[in-house]
Amino acid sequence: MPRPLLTRYFGQPGRERIEAYLETGGYRAATAALRDLTPDKIVEIVEAAGLRGRGGAGFPTARKWKLTPKREGGERYLVVNGDESEPGTFKDRTIVEQDPHQLLEGILIAAYANLIPRAFIFLRGEFFTGYERLSRALADAYARGYFGRDILGTGFDLEVIIHRGAGAYICGEETALLESLEGRRGFPRQKPPYYPAVMGLYSQPTVLNNVETLAHLPHILGLGAEGYRAYGPPVLYSVSGHVLNPGVKELPLGTPLREIIFEHAGGLRSGRTLKTVFPGGSSSAIIPPESLDTPADFESLAKIGSMLGSSAIIVMDDSTCIPAVIARTVEFYRDESCGKCTPCREGTIWLTQIFDRILTGKGRMEDLDLLDGIARNMTGTCFCLLGESVPPSLRASLKYFRAEYEHHITTGTCDVRAVAAARV
Amino acid sequence: MAGVLSKAALEEIARLRAGYPQPRSALIPSLHVAQAEVGYLSEGAMAEVGEALGVPLTEVASVATFYEMFHLEPAGRHHIRICMNISCYLNGCDEVMDHLVRRLGIRPGQTTADGRVTLESVQCLAACEEAPVLLINAARHARVTPAAIDELLARLP
Repeated sequence: MPRPLLTRYFGQPGRERIEAYLETGGYRAATAALRDLTPDKIVEIVEAAGLRGRGGAGFPTARKWKLTPKREGGERYLVVNGDESEPGTFKDRTIVEQDPHQLLEGILIAAYANLIPRAFIFLRGEFFTGYERLSRALADAYARGYFGRDILGTGFDLEVIIHRGAGAYICGEETALLESLEGRRGFPRQKPPYYPAVMGLYSQPTVLNNVETLAHLPHILGLGAEGYRAYGPPVLYSVSGHVLNPGVKELPLGTPLREIIFEHAGGLRSGRTLKTVFPGGSSSAIIPPESLDTPADFESLAKIGSMLGSSAIIVMDDSTCIPAVIARTVEFYRDESCGKCTPCREGTIWLTQIFDRILTGKGRMEDLDLLDGIARNMTGTCFCLLGESVPPSLRASLKYFRAEYEHHITTGTCDVRAVAAARV
Repeated sequence: MAGVLSKAALEEIARLRAGYPQPRSALIPSLHVAQAEVGYLSEGAMAEVGEALGVPLTEVASVATFYEMFHLEPAGRHHIRICMNISCYLNGCDEVMDHLVRRLGIRPGQTTADGRVTLESVQCLAACEEAPVLLINAARHARVTPAAIDELLARLP
């Protein structure tokens, strides 16, 4: 297995100090890029490297950049999505806390590749430690001439502002993030016309990239497209839940789920068996244990009706009550719904009411069809992806773990073991 | 009438404002400054932030009420935010929350009568590898247990 690129220095104390970063070759890739490469050449390299957005959608980064018109003179912005809040996902926070210069160097490369002189890092408000370390890192990088006017004598200017959010999952949605950055409530915008690439921040062309996506850039430029691809390409999986060694696992894209969980995340507690996983955060459909050998990549997970999303793998063993877990996710979306559109606002409320009934022993058998019906009616009807994120795991749970719901309804109790025994 | 915000806070807001092409973009960061100073977003604090950025009070209040981190009521000196989402749920956050409720004698969303502690249930803090996880003000605490809660509470000034 190749050695890690992005996580190599995680856990090293004082890594936010620029001296530590420079000592290991930091800012060399960006320096070489600014001095020796044209912006078009950088886009070409990133395209050849096959980098896809790591925020969840997996959109090819170079194509996104090319969609952003490079018109002379007009205002254009780079916005970094550091509002990581998809349940189960913690790779971006870890990058910001453990190796913030990696992100900053990626920002410098992306800004130059798109000839953008102004960048905003939208950082989740609850990231207190991350904010402190990133602020210090940025101040150091300014002092060394990696940001500001005439960077490294190349004539390229870049100002970077760290913008703290204030707690709202919806702001991870790119257009809601831009609304928030403009000082408004985080309501998503209508697409079209508000595609960030053409009508983004202040209605100007805006490149919007996720933290991890940008942190890949120094490695792509440093190793070249082919050298980088030899690493997998690498992806940061956030692994949590019922595993003995949770954490950020940097592995080649497409590593099978079973290997990630049992070889890299320490496996399960003794005597436990695996029940199901969310392979890509709570917005992804849970999968049956039979699908555990699926490679964790975009296409393979889509093929089994789920998705890679933000590559947040939440593992559940046989002690887990599935209706209770799904109820928790639905409550989350209910709380975080911005209220702009009806299917999401009302749908999530209705769903939690039904879950409350089932989990308190007052469920009715027809509630299962009701759950499925509401979920189906939310699919494709919500204004943004927040509401669309509710049905996949709910519907998958009804498909794979219906017996647990029925047990709750018929007995009024939660008895995970009895249901498991009945299935064998 | 004497202002609610100190000269230092207003200077910080002016500095934030200068970082953006449009002043209103500094609204949320400025509300953080105001809340840090006053302890919550009083009407006076919101009005002064609005004045500094050219945003009407109604608009400031509309934004302040949208975001979870802003409080329009006085909060405790110590703000405990405990994640109740999936990974923390799978690792026992409900027991930790029950213990906090018992020990503090308040429900989530409330503040102790002496103004010492505010307890809040929050969504995923993006630290699932440390589940169950909670924040006390800016400090994150990993793998908390009821026993760890007793220790943390005893250490709060």
